[in-house]
Amino acid sequence: MEEILKVNGLSKQFDDLPVLDNLSLSVKKGEVVVIVGPSGCGKSTFLRCLNGLEDIDEGEVLLGEEKVNPNKKNLSRTRERIGMVFQSYDLFPHKTILQNITLAPIKVKKRKKAEVEEEAIKLLDRVGLLSKKDSYPRQLSGGQKQRVAIVRALIMHPEVLLLDEITAALDPEMVREVLDVVLSLAKEGRTMLIVTHEMAFAKAVADRVIFLENGKIVEEGSPEEFFDNPQTDRLKRFLKTFSYEK
Amino acid sequence: MFDSKVIGMIIEGIRDTLYMTLGSTFVGYLLGLPLGILLYVTNSKGLKPNKIIYGIGDFVCNIIRSIPFLILLILLIPFTRLIVGKSYGSTATIVPLVICAAPYIARVVESSLNEVDAGVIEAAKAMGASNLQIIFKVLLVEAKTSLFTGATITTGLLLGYSAMSGTVGGGGLGDIAVRYGYYRWQTDIMIVTVILLIVIFQIIQNLGTFMAKKIDHRKK
Repeated sequence: MEEILKVNGLSKQFDDLPVLDNLSLSVKKGEVVVIVGPSGCGKSTFLRCLNGLEDIDEGEVLLGEEKVNPNKKNLSRTRERIGMVFQSYDLFPHKTILQNITLAPIKVKKRKKAEVEEEAIKLLDRVGLLSKKDSYPRQLSGGQKQRVAIVRALIMHPEVLLLDEITAALDPEMVREVLDVVLSLAKEGRTMLIVTHEMAFAKAVADRVIFLENGKIVEEGSPEEFFDNPQTDRLKRFLKTFSYEK
Repeated sequence: MFDSKVIGMIIEGIRDTLYMTLGSTFVGYLLGLPLGILLYVTNSKGLKPNKIIYGIGDFVCNIIRSIPFLILLILLIPFTRLIVGKSYGSTATIVPLVICAAPYIARVVESSLNEVDAGVIEAAKAMGASNLQIIFKVLLVEAKTSLFTGATITTGLLLGYSAMSGTVGGGGLGDIAVRYGYYRWQTDIMIVTVILLIVIFQIIQNLGTFMAKKIDHRKK
């Protein structure tokens, strides 16, 4: 299948601290890549480099033929093609749910309001939140907010979707409703890069799992290989922290 | 208690005070709002950091704000004369009031914008919004409650300053209070003007607080 996102030798430092160290990755169209790893391993920073929210020191990120990072000239044009959902939802507090969703397609993509609203309503219905379209974000639970944030990213028709620990701030009972939406997106064949701490979810959704530590890929493989037959000791130890025995 | 001449004068004073206060707030925002946005945008953590532009804006704001208003009023007399044609009266007073208010407003606006959650701005960036779209469609909308509160405080401040300009013939209630209360020992007139200033201030403040609450969607 055709390659859609390519990362070549990406390195990044915060002051003197290396965060990402000569990382390379290639993602095919329709592939779901899950990135796991200990806190501070550079997972989120890596994701943020992929749509230029962070500058990089070395290497490059390519979306199809176009350079995303480094890119000074038309970064915002390229960003339209990459959707991102954040841990803290980051909905616009002063806009209704419908306005939150329709802002970017109307203003950035210059699409017709009526057409965008129609699509927004369909998408909201799909995630079971149609009744909330005129509510404000504060009136929604965390799980509901995050589903709206996913819709807000989807309506831009992104070629790649980046999900940055989207369930990390949620109550356990709300994790499911959000991850079910992501699972259905994976079934549709969406290209996604997902950073998560939910191992069972990673196993279910991923085509490929990557273990990142100290800004390097320590191990990667299919979910079966990755979780059932890890090769490196480091990954074995990491996975062990998620299982409990008395 | 007062004859019709005094009452007429006080009514005129109220009109002049409102004219100076609201006029200088309005013109002050025409200058201060863009300046505040510029400060926010060019700040080291802003949308388009620029040390030189921020440095100049920051310096000018600090210089003007560090000059006491009464001194500014006198320093600006030639400039006021140049613009309005005379240096006394309520229209002339608007000039120094605006010069005093603009950098203050810029600071108030800058801090309101700084309060907007950085995550929300990143979300807008990630959707491909340009800097101008972020400023007008996200920043100013999300900061509106705080901007409104800032405008209320500024109006209250300028009400006080407009009264102060009475000492150099600025007109309005402050002028009346100084002329009658201070120079002519007519304490009753002074007390009336002070009460009127208090009432006007209360109306501005309460109206501002009410409106700010009305447009706030963040909390219940």
